[in-house]
This record gives sequence, C-alpha cells and structure tokens, in this order.
Amino acid sequence: MADPMRIRANMAGDKVEVRVLMAHEMETGQRKDASGALVPAHFIQNVTVSCAGRTVLSAQWGTSISKNPFMHFRFKGGKPGDKVTISWADNKGERRTDEAVIAGG
Amino acid sequence: MDFKRRGILKAGGAMLALAAGLLHSARTLAQQWNKAAFETKSFAATLKALGAGASTESNQIQITAPDIAENGAVVPITIESAILRTQAIAILIEKNPNTLSADFEIPEGTDPFITTRVKMAETSNIYAVVRADGKYFHAAKEIKVTLGGCGG
Repeated sequence: MADPMRIRANMAGDKVEVRVLMAHEMETGQRKDASGALVPAHFIQNVTVSCAGRTVLSAQWGTSISKNPFMHFRFKGGKPGDKVTISWADNKGERRTDEAVIAGG
Repeated sequence: MDFKRRGILKAGGAMLALAAGLLHSARTLAQQWNKAAFETKSFAATLKALGAGASTESNQIQITAPDIAENGAVVPITIESAILRTQAIAILIEKNPNTLSADFEIPEGTDPFITTRVKMAETSNIYAVVRADGKYFHAAKEIKVTLGGCGG
C-alpha cells in the first residue's frame, strides 16, 4: 500500500488553495535496472479531487509526471471545515484516497 | 488467404468488444484513461488524439517554468489560462518518448491554473494545450535540460 498523500488546503480569499504531494514511484517503463532488465511501467493514471460532493479537478497522467507527484491548484466553493478528498489510481490497479480539512485563510 | 484475414478481423472485433466491456466496467470504478493519446509521439498526433481538429496559438496562456532545468527528472511547470471558459489544460513535451504528459479537466469554479512537476528526457518545447468552449488553443516554451530525466 502506498504511503498517504500530504495535502494542504487553505482559504486564499474566496478560493481554496490546494497543494498535494503523492508518494509514488512513477516508473516510466523506459528505465533499466542494474542488470539491464527493463523496469516495468508503474504510474498514476487518474487523479480526482472533490469537495463537498463536487469534483473540483480531475486529471489523466502519463509516465512523464515526476516521481512523488506534486500538484497545486485553486477552486471556488469551499469553506473552512469542508473536506477536500483526493484519489488516485495507477496502471497496476492500486489506488489510494486521502482527505484534508480546509483551514481558514 | 482472404479467409484468414476475415478470421483475424472477426477475432479483432471480438477483442475490441471485450476490451470495450472491460473499459466500461473499469470506468465505474475509476475514470477513463486516454491510452491512445498517451501513446502519441508528436504535438500534432497528440492534438488529434485529444480530439482537437486544430489549435490556435494564444498569448493568453502563460507557461511558467525554468529556462534551464538542471535536473530533467523534476521540472516544475505552472500553466495559467486567461481564456474564458477554459475546460481542460494538457501538458505536452515534444521530445519525450511519449508527448502527452498530463491532461487536467477544469470544472466550473476551479481556476484555469495548475502547477505540477514533469520529467523531460532532453531539451524540448513544452506545449500547454487549452480547451475552452470546445475550441483548442496552445502556447509553447522551450526548456533546456542539462541532465535528462528518463534514462538511468
């Protein structure tokens, strides 16, 4: 099981500012290990962020997102105390969901 | 000879139907993943796979990234669109093994702004492709890479 995401959600004016750091290898499938064997691709393909039952961001990723992916974005319609829920799913069927409570500005 | 081809076509069709079924059931669990688009190897091919017939260059898309990236494995990129009703932002890296890096869907209420970190194999143009109101726009920026991020 992958490590939890680190999520920060803060009010910035009337918007919620979200920063998330995920723990994932993001193997491209192009890299070779010490013995010269190709390391199979293992990467996050889908990311969804929701708040108060509404999707506020969704993404499809390829292998060229950096290891331990980072994402920063802003959305309207959240308030302090609301939960921001982030889920990812990778190409091996692993998935993880974490949430954070929006802090005041 | 011809019979064989028919057989293969039929088998292929059956596989496609099966794959479609699998995709459909997977979609209820997760979201779809545009495999065809992520396998493209050029700016034009990616645009096509994303469903864009044509894209207009726009100075209303701002790409913020270093001019020179010392480490190609971690290149921070911020894309901000000032185009009204921006619905999606995609990041394309022209000289990577696969061009498309990420495709973000921006629902109403979310700022057309995204920061993430990408890998770059070598010095290349980065394209930000924005879908707004069903139309496509793009901007480009060259980033020089001193150490590639895809080898070992």
